Amino acid sequence: MDATILGFLLLDGLQNGVVYGLLALSLVLVFAVTRVILVPIGELLMFAPLSLVWLLEGKLPGTLWLALALGLAWALLSRGRGALLPLLGTAGLGLLFLLARGVPPLAYPAVVLLVVYLGVATYRVFFQPMREATVLAFLIMAVGLHVAYMGLGLVFFGPEQFRPEPLLRGEVVVGLSWQGVLVLLFALLAVLGLYLFFRLSLFGKALLAAAENRLGARLSGIPPEEAGMVAFGIASLLAGLSGLLLAPLINAAYFMGFMLGLKGFVAAILGGLSSYPMALLGALLVGFFESFTSFYASAYKEALVFLLLVPALFYQSLRARAVEE
Amino acid sequence: MLLVERLCVRYGPLEAVRGVGFALREGEALALIGPNGAGKTSVLRGLLGLARAEGRVVLEGQELKGRSPEALLRLGLVLVPEGRALFPGLSVEDNLLLGGFTRFRRGENLGPDLERVYALFPRLKERRRQLAGTLSGGEQQMLAIGRALMARPRILLLDEPSLGLAPLMVREIYRILAELKRQGVTLLLVEQNAKMALSLADRGLVLEAGEVALEGPAELLRQDRRVVEAYLGLAREVEEG
Repeated sequence: MDATILGFLLLDGLQNGVVYGLLALSLVLVFAVTRVILVPIGELLMFAPLSLVWLLEGKLPGTLWLALALGLAWALLSRGRGALLPLLGTAGLGLLFLLARGVPPLAYPAVVLLVVYLGVATYRVFFQPMREATVLAFLIMAVGLHVAYMGLGLVFFGPEQFRPEPLLRGEVVVGLSWQGVLVLLFALLAVLGLYLFFRLSLFGKALLAAAENRLGARLSGIPPEEAGMVAFGIASLLAGLSGLLLAPLINAAYFMGFMLGLKGFVAAILGGLSSYPMALLGALLVGFFESFTSFYASAYKEALVFLLLVPALFYQSLRARAVEE
Repeated sequence: MLLVERLCVRYGPLEAVRGVGFALREGEALALIGPNGAGKTSVLRGLLGLARAEGRVVLEGQELKGRSPEALLRLGLVLVPEGRALFPGLSVEDNLLLGGFTRFRRGENLGPDLERVYALFPRLKERRRQLAGTLSGGEQQMLAIGRALMARPRILLLDEPSLGLAPLMVREIYRILAELKRQGVTLLLVEQNAKMALSLADRGLVLEAGEVALEGPAELLRQDRRVVEAYLGLAREVEEG
């Protein structure tokens, strides 16, 4: 191996690693606040670029109908004034999509809003009604949603792969495109933003509080349902934006989310599903490990990444700190 | 101010509270005492909507049953739970500020309240940057009370504030509760430490097996033969021995 290849591999690993990192942070946040392992995060990521492709071609994506259906279910689940938010959200989203057909400056924010709305509605419709359930029941629901959303992705967008136009064209140096720089920059900003949100804003601290002690949070006037919706919202926002930025570099297709989500999950596990910095480091480790194994043993690259789980889980079980409440 | 009638709390087939009723006047301190498993904590849980309850709970003419703890917080009912339910990974000051989260959301300034709590608990001010999880048990209890005060309670409900604390710290906590009472906060106190509770309270309620066994002014309860034998006798022996 020479220095050029080493550089390629490092860049590739870094670029993938930061995306896994964002997904891992989202998973840790959602788990801490709601005890849900958000398996369908990869599907939320996938919905973003594919919906964008549809919207830019002037078509309404099937994900919009999914959002409308979930919004309706949300409204039915909440009585009285609580139904106003999903109804207004649904109407606003529909209107935005009608306007955004074929208009790139509107289409990007419209797609991001759609994914955030889908994420929040997913929590409200599927997870909140079972809020006193066990972690295992949440996991079963999450896996079910992952399968369902991936299937819906196939129904909505077909089996083809798409490559959306990058926001920035060209390359900085060989092996690093401007779009790749954009991904790195976004990841940096997102991590910084999350850090400041949790460090400086009382809203961020309220979210941490809801994760630390649910009874204490309720007694302080922080409703766990709202905290759950915010956590899901942040996770979907990160997933949607990552999907939009990443899709021009790797192809977008209905199955793309699974592997990305799974690797984010591996990274989150490396951090014990509880530590944000460790999850981020774990994600970079997964990214580098993946890019180097794909160079040396490309046939086994996925298997080798998941092999990382074995020592991580072994270490976690040795520490044996119960994650459950 | 607060009227509770025929309150029943059930956990499945288990009836923890069977028709408990009492009234709480403004500025008064009421102690709920009784042995382990008498249903003291369940009364609080039922009051606050943390457990399903039957009966009537009325605050100044408003029926409270069926409302969430968040809604009751806005009405001024604030609980300091058993075990404190602090946020151990956040700083002391953040814990306090989050106690006033509902008011913060309404755009109120929490600064003066924070100063008031620090004046009441100088020890918390010294440790404001420390993580709540690193405090001693007594300091954690202070923090839990301080956090509740940040919500500006009209009725402060305390569940076993002296549990697991050293005698000196128990006295310190009760000194502060007495100070709060002097400032006009209405107190509903659940305690196993009947001696301390009755020394602070105006009136007492003895619970046994989910029912009110005795009720009366704290002064009389402290001299009641049955209470002395059942709850105070042991405490006295320990003190003398």
